Amino acid sequence: MPEQMTGAEMVIRALADQGVENIFGYPGGAALPIYDALIQQERVRHILVRHEQGAGHAAEGYARSSGKPGVVLVTSGPGATNMVTPLTDALMDSIPLVCITAQVPTHLIGSDAFQECDTVGITRPCTKHNWLVKDVNDLSRILHEAFYVATTGRPGPVVVDIPKDVQFAKGTYWGPNEVRRGHTGYRPAGKGPAEAIRHAVALMARADRPVFYTGGGVVNSGPKASQLLRELVAATGFPITSTLMGLGAYPASGDNWLGMLGMHGTYEANMAMHDCDLMICIGARFDDRITGRTDAFSPGSRKIHVDVDVSSINKNIRVDIPIVGDAAQVIEDMLIVWKKEVGKPRKPALANWWAAINRWRARNSLAYRPSDRAIMPQYAIERLYQATKDRDVYITTEVGQHQMWAAQFYGFEEPNRWMTSGGLGTMGYGLPASIGVQVAHPDSLVIDIAGDASVLMTMQEMSTAVQHDLPVKIFILNNQYMGMVRQWQQLLHGNRLSHSYTESLPDFVKLAEAYGCVGLRAEHPGELDDAIDEMIAVKKPVLFDCRVANLENCFPMIPSGKAHNEMLLPAEATDEAVASAIDDAGRVMV
Amino acid sequence: MNKMAMEPQGEPPLTPPASAYFIEERHDPRETHTLSVVVDNEPGVLARVIGLFSGRGYNIESLTVSETQHEQHLSRITVVTTGTKAVLEQIRSQLDRLVCVHRVTDLTTLAVQRNQEKPLERELALVKVAGEGQDRIEALRLADAFKAEVVDATTGHFIFQLTGRTSKIEQFIAIMQPLGLVEVCRTGVAALGRGVEAM
Repeated sequence: MPEQMTGAEMVIRALADQGVENIFGYPGGAALPIYDALIQQERVRHILVRHEQGAGHAAEGYARSSGKPGVVLVTSGPGATNMVTPLTDALMDSIPLVCITAQVPTHLIGSDAFQECDTVGITRPCTKHNWLVKDVNDLSRILHEAFYVATTGRPGPVVVDIPKDVQFAKGTYWGPNEVRRGHTGYRPAGKGPAEAIRHAVALMARADRPVFYTGGGVVNSGPKASQLLRELVAATGFPITSTLMGLGAYPASGDNWLGMLGMHGTYEANMAMHDCDLMICIGARFDDRITGRTDAFSPGSRKIHVDVDVSSINKNIRVDIPIVGDAAQVIEDMLIVWKKEVGKPRKPALANWWAAINRWRARNSLAYRPSDRAIMPQYAIERLYQATKDRDVYITTEVGQHQMWAAQFYGFEEPNRWMTSGGLGTMGYGLPASIGVQVAHPDSLVIDIAGDASVLMTMQEMSTAVQHDLPVKIFILNNQYMGMVRQWQQLLHGNRLSHSYTESLPDFVKLAEAYGCVGLRAEHPGELDDAIDEMIAVKKPVLFDCRVANLENCFPMIPSGKAHNEMLLPAEATDEAVASAIDDAGRVMV
Repeated sequence: MNKMAMEPQGEPPLTPPASAYFIEERHDPRETHTLSVVVDNEPGVLARVIGLFSGRGYNIESLTVSETQHEQHLSRITVVTTGTKAVLEQIRSQLDRLVCVHRVTDLTTLAVQRNQEKPLERELALVKVAGEGQDRIEALRLADAFKAEVVDATTGHFIFQLTGRTSKIEQFIAIMQPLGLVEVCRTGVAALGRGVEAM
């Protein structure tokens, strides 16, 4: 039954009716009516952050780890503009976010009022859709539609901008099942076309050198998609690689796993992509970090592309069989056809292909030079993995070398356990994201594998972790450099390290104590394991200052402008090889 | 094992590796297409469509928009754009995924499929010409030949109203140039697919 209430009350009511238990936010003048309604109820819990960007990334971590939409509440003007980075991040990585922004009262819009900005204008290109609510009687319909748009099809962020007078005004509230949605033209894809799926399986049944290339779309499609993917891989016997965003959909311990592909992917994954005769891409988008040089990308293969977003098809790479549909539903249909028409893996037919893959594997592309004096960053992650792999653990990262090492050396067995900023590459993502993950999973072990530079960008959120008793573990691989920037300066700019060294880093242990957290430090390989165990045992937030070798580079690597079969392997990466790895054409690329 | 019922027929040759952008030199021919986009008539919808074009670096040669189905709150945006085949496909699918878009039709492609030369495309132009004596007479004579209508006049000027294809309008403007052309306003292209069916 429709009820009468204020706009502010409608916001809280709509959140509760949508099943929202936790929101992340920061109050301000224009948002006060909603905050007033918030404090007078107990169904929706509010996590107060220290900066709106933190709220956005926390909501992303919450969403990615729980499969539920993340919800953010911020004020007008700077509150909204501070959300631009997390909104863009969520758009690039297809994370469902519902962001409620307060706005100055309707009659002041356009007058350059205090804390006014054109929120819907600014966020139009960084949201899946956004709304400015001008009439309180539209509010409940728009809020319910916002959840629908954010979570269906290719998930993404949405913004609902609510002027202060609309928050005060009384109107009619309609529940989620009582409203008629607007935008009848919005029809998210579901099942894929049967003909294309049969055609795809026909190619799979004849392929000599097939490879699955999967991405975040499988994770976004829900746990069932990952389960079905595992069944399809087992039924076909094909090798499988994944993008950064797709890690965990297929287990790292699985027999057919090649490791991550792309710029810092394994040699066997990239060579398999280059030499395959059939590529089955599911829920990935042929991003430039994946393809390397596109005019030399997998030249001899037919390509099947399963994606819920039609605009991902033929965007960067032309494909032979496009299948627009939801990953879980398409994989399920593929499995049915495969089981009916083919049945078992074609082991003899694939024997040569697996032999080639095993030869590439033998190159051991993730090798690094161990040290008994300094902690190698790769070693630190290996030890962290060994100490935590049997626990209920979630990993987030910042952006840079540590992120790539985490992807390479931490094995993910399940989806939704790995939260990282892939598309936008947002330094400062991991710490607030870990807070969001911990809110969703209060009893789990949540670790942000961080870099010393990234983590300072959102360090203030340690205060949030303390306030809300969220015992996140911030594991900082501290090499005192912006490691990936320094690596690229070595690759591209004659090792002139322009502003990539952080001369006056804070003492992270003292900083932790100042925030009321626990600070730990490890400087030598011998003390690493004990310190990691202590970090896990502590029931409070921890800043772990792991001092690692300063100048280690992240390999293997496809230098920009090169193809998959032109990887720079660690064994061959002499200073000279590194300095000349990228040619003029590659220099202009990112 | 390979005896499958749905053997793909007449399989096309392998697509060579290729991309829409990047470092490779590509010389695919550019084509001009007219797209018809049916959208919800709501605040910001035009900004959304235009923002997509500018944000992704697509061209807009001409753009018209107006509400066409009042009861359903639907507007029709007609965009004339240029690009390679791959870019034109991207433009279509990028438009298609906007939440406020109901339907995107490439009228130029549709015309080809229906064995027609081009979709029906018309523009309206208002052309102000000022002058005296022989030039004024000549302008009026030419306007008559183009079936342009005089919609405003003093002893010193005419405003002609002209409808037709873009090429006709451009030709008319070029001819008026030496006869005292003052200013021009054009609506941009409105277009429909030919024939009995809707798009």
